Amino acid sequence: MKRLSLNQAFWYLLRRDLLLAFRNRSELANPLLFFIMVITLFPLAVGAEPNLLARIAPGIIWVAALLASMLSLDGIFRSDFEDGTLEQMLLSAHPVPVLVLAKVTAHWLVTGLPLLIISPLLAMMLGLDESAYGILLLTILLGTPVLSLIGSIGVALTIGLRKGGIILSLLVLPLYVPVLIFSASAIDVAAVGLSATAQIKMLLAFLFLALSLSPWATAAALRMSMS
Amino acid sequence: MFKWFTKWFHRLGSPPHFYRIAGLWLPWLSGLFGILVIAGLYGGLVLAPPDYQQGESYRIIFVHVPAAWMSLFIYMVMAFCGVVVLVWRMKLAEIVLISAAPVGASFTFLALVTGSLWGKPMWGTYWVWDARLTSELILLFLYLGVIGLYGAIDDKRVAARAVATLAIVGVVNIPIIHYSVEWWNSLHQGPTVTKFDKPSIHWSMLIPLLLMALAFKLYFIISLFQRVRAELLHRERNSRWVEELIRS
Repeated sequence: MKRLSLNQAFWYLLRRDLLLAFRNRSELANPLLFFIMVITLFPLAVGAEPNLLARIAPGIIWVAALLASMLSLDGIFRSDFEDGTLEQMLLSAHPVPVLVLAKVTAHWLVTGLPLLIISPLLAMMLGLDESAYGILLLTILLGTPVLSLIGSIGVALTIGLRKGGIILSLLVLPLYVPVLIFSASAIDVAAVGLSATAQIKMLLAFLFLALSLSPWATAAALRMSMS
Repeated sequence: MFKWFTKWFHRLGSPPHFYRIAGLWLPWLSGLFGILVIAGLYGGLVLAPPDYQQGESYRIIFVHVPAAWMSLFIYMVMAFCGVVVLVWRMKLAEIVLISAAPVGASFTFLALVTGSLWGKPMWGTYWVWDARLTSELILLFLYLGVIGLYGAIDDKRVAARAVATLAIVGVVNIPIIHYSVEWWNSLHQGPTVTKFDKPSIHWSMLIPLLLMALAFKLYFIISLFQRVRAELLHRERNSRWVEELIRS
């Protein structure tokens, strides 16, 4: 049998995960629907006053994105864990962090990217100032991958547990806080017409930090959970 | 010297040895803790003059500030143990890691409660969503996450390693807490003690504060030793030395 190069392994795994996701479209739509529904709940709960909604729109969008991303986390490894694919992946000759990165990338393309596409529509419905749309998109583009990367550590730690869901949120949500703070504050600042460069740079820093460190932590946690 | 140190360190890692040493130290530590806490409280509550702005109510800092320091310190201890657990698979470090978590959570809770009690007369409200307070609350969640994860995994050796990973990942949050005061404008006052060149706190307040900090640290060690001893007995319940200990 021909041996795969590391690059090939990455792309095959990415393609496989995307293919699996697209064959199972209803599951694909779930995080997106959840995102939209949470945002719909807010005007119902706090009242439909346009000024108020425009003021809290960045926060609402980001809290909803955070929850949607967290709820979909379990899907990164769950089915592979149950049918034994994950074990084979850990046994393979390729470095596990790279494979983890492929899986997380696929997960982000399936759950994060739809949020990015739908968020301007929801921002419009909440009456967010138009000058902030660009920054909103940028924060979601930079922020949601960080959520997926950090979340993958939490999933890897709890994958072997029968009731991992609650524990997972307890583990992961505190670690999401910096992303939430800087993203929401970037949009806030942009909405009043100031420059959000500082916040965007922080988000970039978080992204690179998570990108370079979290696959290793996830791989270590996976080995632990599978042992 | 180095050889001696590694030998001492390795011996400390053996459960029966640690159990015995900790048992020997406990009464001395408790005595020292008693002296320090009485001296610190007397100095803080009686000797130190009232603050020119805050009156008598500032005196809660003698509990609040050491508790807040401990909440960070214990997390660092846990993360350090986490590294030891993952690198050397040391059993004792696993137990120290998991025994420190409830103590750290309690100190964090204490810091939050005393802070809000102080906030009511000073800021006029028990709670503000200020950076420092919020990050302390998040630290409490991190502790609870550690405790929750450890409780959820049945195999305790696997659980300890999972918790070690989590503690190390959580350490990313510690600098954010520390620099939060500078990052966000906040109601909370900036640091007053660590400006060593010219501390803006008078020595009559500083000395009781440092005494209390030392006392809290000792309390942490005492409580940690007791928890570790109990956990050791539980984990090693099938081993010879525990059997002999119970027989004697």
